[in-house]
Amino acid sequence: MSAPHPTGRDRPWVFRTYSGHSSARASNELYRTNLAKGQTGLSVAFDLPTQTGYDSDHPLARGEVGKVGVPIDHLDDMAALFRDIPLDQMNTSMTINANAAWLLALYVATAERAGVDAKLLQGTTQNDIVKEYLSRGTYIFPPEASLRLISDLVSYTVDAIPRWNPTNICSYHLQEAGATPVQEIAYAMATALAVIDAVRDRDDVPAEAIPKVVGRISFFLNSGIRFVEEICKGRAMAELWDELTQERYGVEDPKLRRFRYGVQVNSLGLTEAQPENNVIRIVLEALGVTFSKKARCRALQLPAWNEALGLPRPWDQQWSLRIQQILAFESDLLEYQDLFDGSHVVEAKTAELKADARKELDAVLAMGGAIAATENAYMKRCLVESQTARSRAIESGDISVVGVNTFTTTEASPLTEGQRSILKVDESAEREQIEQLVAFRNARNAADVEAALTQLTDVVRNGGNVMPPSIRSAHAGVTTGEWADVLRRLFGEYRAPTGVVAREAEGGSEQTAAVRSRVHRLTDQLGRPLKILVGKPGLDGHSNGAEQIAVKARDVGMEVVYDGIRLSPEEIASSARDEGVHVVGLSILSGSHGVLVIDVLDRLRKLGLGEIPVVVGGIIPEDDADRLRVAGVRRVYTPKDFDLTSIMSDIVDVVEEYGPGA
Amino acid sequence: MLHRDREAVPEALNLVDDRRPDRRAEALELLDTLERETPFPGASRIGLTGAPGSGKSTLLDALVRELRPRGETVAIVAVDPSSRKTGGALLGDRIRVRSGAADPGVFIRSLAARDQLGGLAESAWAAVAILATSFDRVFVETVGVGQSEGEVAALVDTLVYVGTPGAGDTLQFMKAGILELPDVFVVNKSDIGSAAARTASELESGVGLGERNPSQPVAQVVLTSARDGAGIAELIAAVDAHRQQQLDSGTLRERRQLGRETQLLLALERRYGSFGIGKLGDPPALRERIRKDRRSSAFALLACLGREIEDALEKSS
Repeated sequence: MSAPHPTGRDRPWVFRTYSGHSSARASNELYRTNLAKGQTGLSVAFDLPTQTGYDSDHPLARGEVGKVGVPIDHLDDMAALFRDIPLDQMNTSMTINANAAWLLALYVATAERAGVDAKLLQGTTQNDIVKEYLSRGTYIFPPEASLRLISDLVSYTVDAIPRWNPTNICSYHLQEAGATPVQEIAYAMATALAVIDAVRDRDDVPAEAIPKVVGRISFFLNSGIRFVEEICKGRAMAELWDELTQERYGVEDPKLRRFRYGVQVNSLGLTEAQPENNVIRIVLEALGVTFSKKARCRALQLPAWNEALGLPRPWDQQWSLRIQQILAFESDLLEYQDLFDGSHVVEAKTAELKADARKELDAVLAMGGAIAATENAYMKRCLVESQTARSRAIESGDISVVGVNTFTTTEASPLTEGQRSILKVDESAEREQIEQLVAFRNARNAADVEAALTQLTDVVRNGGNVMPPSIRSAHAGVTTGEWADVLRRLFGEYRAPTGVVAREAEGGSEQTAAVRSRVHRLTDQLGRPLKILVGKPGLDGHSNGAEQIAVKARDVGMEVVYDGIRLSPEEIASSARDEGVHVVGLSILSGSHGVLVIDVLDRLRKLGLGEIPVVVGGIIPEDDADRLRVAGVRRVYTPKDFDLTSIMSDIVDVVEEYGPGA
Repeated sequence: MLHRDREAVPEALNLVDDRRPDRRAEALELLDTLERETPFPGASRIGLTGAPGSGKSTLLDALVRELRPRGETVAIVAVDPSSRKTGGALLGDRIRVRSGAADPGVFIRSLAARDQLGGLAESAWAAVAILATSFDRVFVETVGVGQSEGEVAALVDTLVYVGTPGAGDTLQFMKAGILELPDVFVVNKSDIGSAAARTASELESGVGLGERNPSQPVAQVVLTSARDGAGIAELIAAVDAHRQQQLDSGTLRERRQLGRETQLLLALERRYGSFGIGKLGDPPALRERIRKDRRSSAFALLACLGREIEDALEKSS
């Protein structure tokens, strides 16, 4: 029996939309419009150069500026981003990780410049590096150094910005990388423990401060279409966190053991086919994290229905915001105590998830914790395995995806007619951003910059906290690239293991076997086994797609060179030559396919390798795909091409038709 | 090729991997010329072997970063196993050797071991011969599982075994009785601390126990950390010292000669099996014949002996 809440309705969670693009000015306009529509918090999306610590005019930034988020090169950009937004009242979430300390320093400096006391700032820096190695790919430094930066930020904010969530431990991206609920829970917990352990082991944090630190740790979860399981997952995590923090850190105050989390619902399951169905998926996924009061999220951001097609327009984002508002204000959801207390089914499932997650967590702890299990690629391997199992189940029909592998007959959708159904980033954004950056560099005081960078170097080298010299650097006019360069010199750069190599090959289905015999027959024509290079040009680190392709190519008998993420077009072309491959497969999800793919084609031609066919996969709108084909790309695959075996068969066609010796 | 033309290297490597008969003949001609014309001692050939996860790729990356500023050019032949079920292969995780992807002084070719279970791709032999014409150092990286070490040792001047602190594989290696093969032992990830020192001392005492060829210098044990670059220069010094010792004592020529015989016999065995080889007489006699034949290159001799076996098999059928 559920009774209405005695004090009336509960306060709703914070409504956010993950957004930002083109420039600080354009994004600021978007934010202010969104707030006027009833959004109650901001969620800043930074572009890839900003996330990986490069200025907008760095060669690796080419084609990426303003694409998946806003470019922030310096203090003036940050100030423009928050113009006319009162920082002492706003709750701002920033999806920033490897260089979270720097973007927070810019935020603090922006507040200080506007006369706002940093103590009043509220919000979140994502600041979770483990999932970057495992899934998202915007890491810069090696694990140990990254963990140190995270713990610097945690220990700094606990006193200086007490209402700030210094780290948001993400299981979100683990689910996107294929994690099962058990893996999601276990690896997120392992990561959180690694962070708290690192803070605990610092000399400058007294033991009695640890409960307060534990109380500031928050999480960022995913919510998939199996929404009943998601409800149980949230409850399991809340219970487990309560137990772990008491056992491991002796936190007595139950308030400080509360499992606090924000959510972005699942993007992996959003389909390009019949994209209007995604709205229903998003609603159910939102229910999964709001239904149970005990495990209700603190903040929610919903993707747009057309994400698998390209960048959503403001109207698409508004539709997602309205979902939240209807759920919170029209429905009676917020009038009740927990609806699932006493449910045998929910409690049994919760207990099962919790027990299995504990087992997996213990396994990770036994190998030395989250950092060790990152470096030895254990977690990565488990995720690649789960993802492979998932895509096989979709191919075989064991998992139903409406409109994709079942009920595929459809009327033409009036929503996707024409080329205006997605947002086009202004192509002049990159040039304008660079012009402003150059002007900013020329106007600043060079001596101040140098002094700030020298102090930053000294403090970091001597083990001091990175935050104070970073805030000073922000005020002095240091840029995102300069800050990151100092740390790159001190810490070195890291390349994470890919996790694809150790998996044993599988014979697979009849279709797979059929493609395999074609590959083997092709050996006679080519003189040696079909060799493919799978690569990701640009700064986009979402490697799951490329890894699935690499694994599948091996399973159909190809010899696969997988070079991992963040490759320049030059590196890809020279690798194709040195490795002697027959075909090149490129994967790009950041929307910068135009510039980067064409650059790879040009460089191959310059090396005299114009005859090597190039195929491309990614989120590529149809008119862009046409342009790529005109430029010489042999095939373009998009999320609707979910059947990896057919893609492989198609690649064999391409090599037969165009390949060397064809 | 003989003019150290890097541009021609990728195509030459494709050629020697090609099974089509006309291309095979062309490849043979190229390899034949190379073997006769490549000056001795030429490029330093270094094998790098060790269990998966011992950090070979990261170590190679650190080596490249150390060698390039010295002006040395580096080629890497990286061999990975092929799947027995599918014939496919995931090559490398080369992701970690990134110091020189766009640097013409660094060259990486990944090879699948194909049907050579736990062994070396057959074309690795030809690949080393080609790369040795154009680069100062040629590294051959393989996953060591106790089976391919002998083959790699026959292909290089210096075999480096990479172990990790506290890992059981080092012990396995000792048990397998192949401790005598490596010329340099590396204990990688020495930043782990005391475990590294312990493994190093285990190895140091273990090295003396192996049955080593008396003319072979005693193997060195080097502690490295690819993470902070510690020990990398020492590792290069140990490799160079080993090569210099062999040059001074004249054993390098002998080692190359022995390697040539071993490669040839392995190649014959792969193609024709032990039954086929039997057609050429008993093994010591065959080895003797290969040893004495100094006019033809190993590659030409391989073709010639192959024809003999084929003729004999034809007659007996």
